[in-house]
Amino acid sequence: MADVVTYREAVAEGIAREMRRDDTVVCLGEDIAEAGGVFKTTVGLLDEFGPERIWNTPISEQAIVGAAMGAAMTGIRPVAEIMFSDFLACCWDYLANEIPKVRYMTGGQVTVPLVVRTANGGGLGFGAQHSQAVENWAFAVPGLKIAAPSTPADVVGLMAAAIRSDDPVVVFEHKGLFASKGDPAPADHVVELGRAATVRDGTDVTIVALASTVPTALAAAERLAADDISCEVIDLRCLVPLDVATVLASLERTSRLVVVEENPYQGGWGGTLVSIVADEGFDLLDAPIKRIAAACVPLPFADALEDQVIPNADAVADTVRTLAAY
Amino acid sequence: MTEPDLLAMYEQMHVIRKTEKAAHDLFMAGLVKGTTHLASGHEAVAVGASAALRPDDYVFATYRGHHHAIARGAAPEECLAELMSKATGLCQGKGGSMHLTKASSGMLGSYAIVGSHLPMAAGAAWSAQLRGTGQVAVAFFGDGATNIGAFHETLNLAAVWKLPVLFVCENNLYMEYTPIGTVTSVPNPAADRAGAYGLPGHVIDGNDVLAVHDAVAGAADRARAGDGPTVIEAQTYRHYGHSRSDPATYRPAEEVEHWLARDPLPLAHSRFTELGVDAADLDAAEQRAEQTVAAAVDAAKNAPDADPAEAFTDVWADGGSAWRT
Ligand SMILES: Cc1ncc(C[n+]2csc(CCOP(=O)(O)OP(=O)(O)O)c2C)c(N)n1
Ligand SMILES: [Mg+2]
Repeated sequence: MADVVTYREAVAEGIAREMRRDDTVVCLGEDIAEAGGVFKTTVGLLDEFGPERIWNTPISEQAIVGAAMGAAMTGIRPVAEIMFSDFLACCWDYLANEIPKVRYMTGGQVTVPLVVRTANGGGLGFGAQHSQAVENWAFAVPGLKIAAPSTPADVVGLMAAAIRSDDPVVVFEHKGLFASKGDPAPADHVVELGRAATVRDGTDVTIVALASTVPTALAAAERLAADDISCEVIDLRCLVPLDVATVLASLERTSRLVVVEENPYQGGWGGTLVSIVADEGFDLLDAPIKRIAAACVPLPFADALEDQVIPNADAVADTVRTLAAY
Repeated sequence: MTEPDLLAMYEQMHVIRKTEKAAHDLFMAGLVKGTTHLASGHEAVAVGASAALRPDDYVFATYRGHHHAIARGAAPEECLAELMSKATGLCQGKGGSMHLTKASSGMLGSYAIVGSHLPMAAGAAWSAQLRGTGQVAVAFFGDGATNIGAFHETLNLAAVWKLPVLFVCENNLYMEYTPIGTVTSVPNPAADRAGAYGLPGHVIDGNDVLAVHDAVAGAADRARAGDGPTVIEAQTYRHYGHSRSDPATYRPAEEVEHWLARDPLPLAHSRFTELGVDAADLDAAEQRAEQTVAAAVDAAKNAPDADPAEAFTDVWADGGSAWRT
C-alpha cells in the first residue's frame, strides 16, 4: 500500500471497498464511468465493477437523485454523484422534501439507504456557481445525515459508514482537499457517523472545524503554539448526527470556543452549534463564542477576492488570540 | 378475465367511490383536518391498472391517491383512520390524506410535490432491472405533472436505460382550477410528449376499467420483456372539486354533465353485463362495498387517536429521531 494517498483517490477507494463487500451498491452520476468523474474521484470503478454497477447519467439532477431514492426504497444501495454541490439546487426537492421525509410520513414503512456525494466548497477559483460550501443547506433539513471528511482516511471511513447506513447520507467531498494527501485508511476502516475527532489536543481554546476548515484550524493552531497559546482542534466530520458531546467535553478543558465554517455566516451550521453551547454549556465558558465563517456574499472569482470571503488561518489565529486574552 | 375477477374489480371500484364519499362527509363534518384530494371519477384507472399488475409490482401515486392505496390492498379503514389522525391509520398519523402508503403491497407512497415521484418510479424500476426480478414500477400522475422538469428528465432516463416503468397520466383536464389545455403546447399532455423520448404514448378511455386494464397489461408485458417504458394517458374526470370543499364552479356545466354520463362505475356495470356477468351479482358486490365502507367509517371513528409520542419516531431507520449527541 502506498505511504500516502490523495483525498481524491480515497473517494474511489472508499466506494470500491463497499462495492466489493455488498453487490447491491451501485453508482450513478454524470461522467462517472469512463471519464472517472470530473474530479477523477471514480477512477477505476467502471473497470472493476462494470457498467451494471457504474452508470453514467444524462445531465438530469432530479432524475439522478429521484431514481436513487426509488432504488434505495427497493433493495439497492445507490451512491449518486452530484458533480458540484451548487447543483444540489437543481434537485433540491429530493433532498428537502422527498428523501428525508418519506420514511417519516409513511410511518416507517420505507427506508432510504442512499448516499448523495458531491464536490463542495471553494478556494479553486470556480466562481459563484461552482464554489459554494452548501453543507448548511442540507443541515437545514431534518432527516438527512451529513458527512464532510477532511482526510483521506476519513473519506474511506465515512464513505463506508454512509453506504452501510440505512438512512440517507449526504457526503460533502471538498474540492479544495482533493489533491491533499494523508495516511491510507486501514483495512475495514469505518468511521461511525456522528463521531467527531479531536485532531489536536490543547488547553486554552477549542476550535471546531469541518472539512476544509480543519487544515485551516490546524495551521492556525500551529502558529499559535509558537505564541504559547494551546488550541484543541475538533474535526466534527459530520453535521448530522452532530457530536455536541465532544465539543462540550473539550470546553470543560478550554472554556473558549471558536467555530470555523466555510459556509456563509448567515445561516451557517455554526449558528446551531453555538446556540446549543450557549444553552447547555454556558457555565463552561470564560469568553464569548466566536464564529468565523464565509462572508455573506456570493463567491467571487479572483483569488484576491475569494481570499477575502473564505475563512483563512490568519483570521482564525487573530480570533483565537483575542479569546485567549479575554 | 374471469367472472370473479370482474366482480372483484367492480366491488373495489365501489369501495373506492364510497370511501371517497365518506372522506368527503367526514371532512365536511370536521373529522378530517387539513385537506383531501378525492379520486371519485378516477376509480377505473386505479382498479384497471392494479388488476393488470403483479402483486410485487411497485406503484407510486400523487396526493390524489386514495384510489391507488385501496386498489393495491390498503383497507378503507386504515385509509380513513389516517385521514382522521388515528393511531390505526396507514401512517400512524404522520402522513394524512396526501401521503397514503401501503409499502407491504408495493404501494410505495403518495407524493404531494407535483411530478416528484416519477424519478422514484424509474428508480424502483431500475432496481428491479438490477435485481432481475421481473417487477415493473408504475407512476400515476396528473396532467399537470407533464409540465414539470422531473417528468421530462425521467422519460428520457427511463427510455435510455430501458427501464420497466409505466407512466400513467390521469388526465382529468384540470390542474387545480386551470384547464391543462390552456397552458400546454400539445393536446395530449402526456402521450404527445412520449414520442420526443422515443417512447410509445397511448391515449385511452380512463373511465373504462377494461381499457385501462388492457393498456396497462400490454405496457407491463412490454416492460417485463425488456422493451422499456410506455406512456399511457388515461382520460378521466374528477367528480368532486380539486380539494377540500372546492365546488369546482370553474368547470362548465355541459362538461360536467358529459363526464358524469361517462361515470366509470355504471360504465363498468354495462361492460361487465355485456360480458355475461349477472347484474344481480354486480349489485350484490356493490352492497358488500357499502357494508365494508360503513364498517370502516365506524372502526376509524372509534379508533384511538394517534399517539403524540409518534411525532418523534421513524425519522431514522433505527426508529428514532436523534440528530445530535
Ligand atoms: C411542484 C408543485 N407545484 C404546485 C403544487 C400545488 N398544486 C397541488 S395540486 C396542483 C394541481 C396538479 O394538477 P394535476 O397534476 O393535473 O393533478 P390533479 O390534481 O388534477 O389530480 C397544484 C398546482 C404542488 N403541490 N407541487
Ligand atoms: Mg389534473
